[in-house]
Amino acid sequence: MSCTVRIPSPLRSYTAGASMVAAEGGSVAQVLASLERRFAGIRFRMIDEQSRIRPHIRLYVNTTEVTALSQAVATGDIVHVICALSGG
Amino acid sequence: MTSALWIGTRKGAFTLRPDARGRGWKLSGPQFLGHIIHHVVQDPREPRVLLLAAKTGHLGPTVYRSSDRGRTWKEAAQPPAFRKAADGEEARAVERVFWLTPGHACERGTWYAGTSPAGLFRSEDGGGRWQPVAGFNDHAMRPKWVPFGTPDGQLLHSISVDPRDPQHLYIAISIGGVFESTDGGADWAPLNEGCAADFMPDPNVPYGHDPHCVALHPGAPDRLYQQNHCGIYRLDRPERCWVRIGRAMPKKVGDIGFPIVVHPSDPQTAWVLPMDGQTVWPRTSIAGKPAVYRTSDGGKSWRRLDRGLPQSQAWLTVLRQAMCTDGRAPRVGVYFGTTGGEVWAGAGGGESWRCIARHLPEIYSVTHAV
Repeated sequence: MSCTVRIPSPLRSYTAGASMVAAEGGSVAQVLASLERRFAGIRFRMIDEQSRIRPHIRLYVNTTEVTALSQAVATGDIVHVICALSGG
Repeated sequence: MTSALWIGTRKGAFTLRPDARGRGWKLSGPQFLGHIIHHVVQDPREPRVLLLAAKTGHLGPTVYRSSDRGRTWKEAAQPPAFRKAADGEEARAVERVFWLTPGHACERGTWYAGTSPAGLFRSEDGGGRWQPVAGFNDHAMRPKWVPFGTPDGQLLHSISVDPRDPQHLYIAISIGGVFESTDGGADWAPLNEGCAADFMPDPNVPYGHDPHCVALHPGAPDRLYQQNHCGIYRLDRPERCWVRIGRAMPKKVGDIGFPIVVHPSDPQTAWVLPMDGQTVWPRTSIAGKPAVYRTSDGGKSWRRLDRGLPQSQAWLTVLRQAMCTDGRAPRVGVYFGTTGGEVWAGAGGGESWRCIARHLPEIYSVTHAV
């Protein structure tokens, strides 16, 4: 499966500034592994060592929020990475 | 000798270097703008090497390494991370890397990191790949030793390696206490006798204390100094009972604060920066009149050093990593950074102070590099 991942600005240091990158995989976990192979270190900034999405990160497959990394991804899907900050 | 102060802030890392005439300081940076930088530490075994602990508000924590004195940085291939939890176990994840300490001189490339939640990690490749120190992180007593955290979480800090023995380690945890290992981290024991824990139902507990900062003297490694939530202490090993040397501080000042730093060669000399620990713990300079206090007799007496510092209405807060010396005996330079973004330099061991940088973000650490 081939999809597109929308990279938010805090993570573009890993993608040489690219905001949209191609990735492979039939699940969110596989897409993240594909991203990690291309952009070493990027997965751990989003996913902790217990394979949980970090507290202030949200992932979406198209418009559906990801609640488990096993969630399916189909060819042509867009995986969105959202980061939340507050205050100063 | 080239010299630099590395300033870790809530919004990036900065450096201060003496200007060409040697009278002022030149600020450069920021590097990692927007990143929360808890610690920047030089490797004394390879002075070109620096490690930097970073995270952002939303992204996970990591460590960066420079091998060219901070000009360029490379991210750790495997940042500190707890092992995967088994079913039914507490699933811990590193929220931030809070503290970095180079390993023993004979263990080139070895580093230790302290994290929140309280975890100890070790790298043997210069900070590229980090492994949990299972002897502490999975110690059967750890849940009791580290019962709860501060509002900023549990903090493992003040990692010290005995310069005579790479197997002999000390760590400190807020809240938890001071712990010692004599087998390279395979096993640990509390080392808190004599320290008050006024906030506990039983103030004489063996652990559960709140050490804010512990410093081992590099030239006299049997001597440790501690700035605790409940006072200033000294310990001379092999004794196990800390002595409250903060009792000699002026009563109206008290002996609460965050950092404590030791003289590079004289084990009798140390500096603290008292904070207001009364009522709801404002943690600002006492009565708005900041002062550093220095002992030159191992804590029997303390001398107020405030020449050049604001004399009123200055409500500074200085965090535990935000004070250091330049290591240059006999006229040691002492430096501290405030949460209000000022860096102050105390010449001649803190005899006179001047502000050498202001308008920086909230300062978390000030460290010296040669």
